[in-house]
Amino acid sequence: MTINEIQDEIIETFELFDDWEEKYEYIIDVGKKLAPMDDQHKTDDNIIKGCQSVVWLNANFTDGKIQFEADSQAIIVKGLVSMLLKVLSGHTPDEILNADLYFIEKVGLTSHLAQTRSNGLASMVKQMKTYALAYKTLEDK
Amino acid sequence: MDVNKIRADFPILETEVLGKKLVYFDNAATTQKPKAVIDALKDYYDSYNANIHRGIHYLAEKATAAFEATRTSVKDFLNASSTEEIIFTYGTTDGINLVANTYGRKFLKEGDEILISTLEHHSNIVPWQMLCEANGCVLKVIPIDDNGDIILEAFDKLISEKTKFVSVVHVSNALGTINPIEYIIEKAHAVGAKVLIDGAQASSHIKIDVQVLDVDFYVLSAHKLFGPTGMGVLYGKKALLEAMPPWRGGGEMIKEVTFEKTTFADLPYKFEAGTPNIADVVAFKSALDYFNSLDHAALKDHEDELLAYATKKLQEIEGVKIVGQAKNKVSVVSFIMDGIHPQDVGIILDQQGIAVRTGHHCTQPLMQRFAIPGTVRASFAPYNTKEEIDALIAGLHKVKKFLA
Repeated sequence: MTINEIQDEIIETFELFDDWEEKYEYIIDVGKKLAPMDDQHKTDDNIIKGCQSVVWLNANFTDGKIQFEADSQAIIVKGLVSMLLKVLSGHTPDEILNADLYFIEKVGLTSHLAQTRSNGLASMVKQMKTYALAYKTLEDK
Repeated sequence: MDVNKIRADFPILETEVLGKKLVYFDNAATTQKPKAVIDALKDYYDSYNANIHRGIHYLAEKATAAFEATRTSVKDFLNASSTEEIIFTYGTTDGINLVANTYGRKFLKEGDEILISTLEHHSNIVPWQMLCEANGCVLKVIPIDDNGDIILEAFDKLISEKTKFVSVVHVSNALGTINPIEYIIEKAHAVGAKVLIDGAQASSHIKIDVQVLDVDFYVLSAHKLFGPTGMGVLYGKKALLEAMPPWRGGGEMIKEVTFEKTTFADLPYKFEAGTPNIADVVAFKSALDYFNSLDHAALKDHEDELLAYATKKLQEIEGVKIVGQAKNKVSVVSFIMDGIHPQDVGIILDQQGIAVRTGHHCTQPLMQRFAIPGTVRASFAPYNTKEEIDALIAGLHKVKKFLA
């Protein structure tokens, strides 16, 4: 699926929810289901700065595609990271760099994007795009 | 005390958040503003905006008079002996930086010891670290016990002839601890050290009398005292302020300028370079007038009651642990929940219209002392009610349902 197809699927899922409680139950559930991150990748270098809770992000580049893995101490943040991973992981650096993450606004999570200092969703997106740029630069060499 | 009457003075309290009534428990971050303050800001810009002190026209004179009237109000509020001792700053952080960069740079020398406490906000740590880096002073830290009280025996041991400056917080922003500053000031003076008290969190809860305290410097922020943001006060004893060199150079702070030499203005203007934050200074007078008009004994009873009620109700929730149970506290309660990250608590409470602060509260060394990543902090103001605390408690039960 393309990045936009995955985003559209998430938006459709959120349309089923009647209130904030169902929405956050889903985010928490997604967080709990996030594939565990390899402990050896939970290094200080992989911590995303600007988050109130510790968020680790690591990337692997194989067959022209980036696979992300992540974890967080806070479960809602972990759910948000998990959604970002679902959208961006497994795509090429170019696809990730050009991605317009409109699903965040459509599902009503913009506040998490804006509150960069406390939630750091924006920091996570930035870090993922930085990885994409780094791998793209490597590829172009 | 009629809480509803006070609530009616604060327009923002009518706000709805996601369809629910706002419960504002982030007063230690900033208090809300009464209508009188909002009106004063508007009135300034509507009717007498002008640059002050230099203009000879009607508006400039009116603006200057209003600006200086605030200085008189602040002098009375702190019981300073003269308006020359009242320096307007951009806030508490600015005031501490001013003292570190003037008194500190001139009078503190290599090997001199500066004493702070574990309870300090970063703004009362970093300026001193920067000073130590620059001139070789040594920073020493007074430890606290598990309740969040300063260990006075440790303070007694730390303070010595080498101590030249003590800078401690009056009230802890993260835990609400009221420090025994009278004792600290007396002990510090006995060894010849000067004392700065960070009053950011105290000013809206505790009556401050700088002459009775005999404190050398006292700093506070207007926005934590129902006033506007971007404005604060540095009180300093006149003799000290006079001995201190200026910090920022520019307009307003000079007597005469030639390319060879500049002579500086008298107090307090020596420390107020550039066009000040006129509107916010002017409106701060309305905040003080408003605060002074309230019955302070009744306010204290009300806030103590809120603190006791919140503490009791929180302790009834299984898995909640209160961080900071000092002997003397203002109405601030910090807590953690078993197995739940403070940030998650904050997000779920926010969805229910309840505003609390989560995280390290700009006191990372203090959080390290308790070996926790942060806390959830509810901080109360006169306009808060027991019903709002009930809403917080219900909100926390929902947090547990979601996350436990």
